[in-house]
Amino acid sequence: MDAIKTTALTKCYGKSRGIIDLGLTVAQGDFFGFIGPNGAGKSTTIRTLIGLIAPTAGTAEIFGRNVLKDKNEILKDIGYMPSEAAFYHNRRVGEILKLSASLRKKDCSGEAALLCERLALDTEKKISQLSLGNRKKVSIVCALQHWPRLCILDEPTSGLDPLMQREFYEILKERHQKGATIFLSSHVLSEVQQYCKHAAVIREGRLLACDSIEALGHAEAKRVVLRGASGADLARQLAHVFPAVAADAGASCQAADRITSHQIRDLQAQAHTVSFLYSGSPGPLLAALAALPLTDVSIIEPDLTEIFMHYYNKEGQSHDIVET
Amino acid sequence: MILLRHELRQGRTALAIWTAVIAGMMGVCILIYPEMAEQMGAVSSMFADMGSFSAAFGMDRINFGEFLGFFGVECGNILGLGGAFYAALLGISSLAKEERDQTAEFLLTHPVSRSRIVTEKLLAILLQLLILNLFAAGVSAGTILLIQEKPAVDTLLLLFLAYFLLQVETAALCFGISAFLNRGGLGIGLGIAALLYFMNLIANLTEQAAFLKYITPFGYTEGADIITEGSIAIPYLSVGMAMAAVGVAAAFYWYTRKDIK
Repeated sequence: MDAIKTTALTKCYGKSRGIIDLGLTVAQGDFFGFIGPNGAGKSTTIRTLIGLIAPTAGTAEIFGRNVLKDKNEILKDIGYMPSEAAFYHNRRVGEILKLSASLRKKDCSGEAALLCERLALDTEKKISQLSLGNRKKVSIVCALQHWPRLCILDEPTSGLDPLMQREFYEILKERHQKGATIFLSSHVLSEVQQYCKHAAVIREGRLLACDSIEALGHAEAKRVVLRGASGADLARQLAHVFPAVAADAGASCQAADRITSHQIRDLQAQAHTVSFLYSGSPGPLLAALAALPLTDVSIIEPDLTEIFMHYYNKEGQSHDIVET
Repeated sequence: MILLRHELRQGRTALAIWTAVIAGMMGVCILIYPEMAEQMGAVSSMFADMGSFSAAFGMDRINFGEFLGFFGVECGNILGLGGAFYAALLGISSLAKEERDQTAEFLLTHPVSRSRIVTEKLLAILLQLLILNLFAAGVSAGTILLIQEKPAVDTLLLLFLAYFLLQVETAALCFGISAFLNRGGLGIGLGIAALLYFMNLIANLTEQAAFLKYITPFGYTEGADIITEGSIAIPYLSVGMAMAAVGVAAAFYWYTRKDIK
């Protein structure tokens, strides 16, 4: 049984796009990252899963149960952290935590105290006195104090300082080891790459890729960087070997960006270097490189950032991407 | 009933202030009555003879010089209008405030059904109105004893019942609207309460507008009618309660299926 399974999930807001035809599957026990820039549809997907909004078409299931029909049963199993942590501002932290627990008809005071201590959260403070980071911590405790089987976390680390982020991921890792399924959205690639086992990439409401972090990272492509006397010359010579590059090779970087062939993507020519993503068997590449006047060569695995940029680059422009 | 308790807790400052102001003003009005009554002899007929002004407030049909007549106009305006404003604020903000303050994402992601939330919020409103009215009635009873007036108790109770129903209807209408809002609607709430009040004034002024009495709950809380008839006008009341039911039904229907912002 999958923890999360959506089939052709679609949500439109009037005429504007929410998410389109999203088919997402998250296995039980997974540590899953949901990546996309702002406005891609991450929150819309999550809010549909959690029953805050109803899908326009398609279905979503959590632990095999329909999110519309069995919403309350499902919510018992879920710990949810919204991207905007807002609470009743006239109440104290402790009161909010207690309210959350009692709405679940549970006594979570022990776990709550433990989490508050680890996150250095003062339960006596009023919500209105808290900074964004501290409100986030309240949100974390609310999402985790009842030991949910599935954690759905919408941009959980935004607003947390690096130390707290690390502690937070430590807690998540422990929960994961004890069998909980973690599903988190983020636009910070490094944390997804570091902690998640699988990830899905969403852009403009559509799912672009969904695979293990390794597979997404490998993607059978290598980043090749060539160094020589002239980057433009190198690019031109490459074009003889890989004809698809020919069109604009040697022109400006922007022009070169648009070139795609089956084997070479994201070609960038600079003063003394040419860099591109190569996919295919190494033989032809090495044969081609042997003929070029090179001073240096490096062939490396592209990191997730590069894969991500590749998915997100639209006409050579990147949108709202945060790298850390 | 956790949510009910939570709602009462959230609203307790507002309830305390509104109760203190309304009950306090009623008490003061009742306490100054003996002094007014002494000077009333001549003034009373003047109040009744101010033409349409008197008619608008029903003062042409009741004796302002008698305690119940005075109570029906003065306290009717305080508890009726004041209570209606409070009820409108309670109703209009009840559901909408969760989205306005972004607490909906907290509240609605707990395993509590939306219909449960609507039910408990509605109960909280009714309870708060009940508390306000009980205090108002208590303070009125106390001060009436103090000035040693002996008005007909059943008429007095009927007046209080009418004001309570007026508040319930206003709150229910606003509650229904609240389900459709995702921002604060205080202006809408106050506007509705004021509109309903003025509808009654207009209905009192001209025969052609008398039908407005069916629409506004102030139609069945008219002190002059209740005191002279000895009963609440059932036709007006039944339309009013039907409107309240529509408001509540709309809230349940829409809030259980709306997309939360």
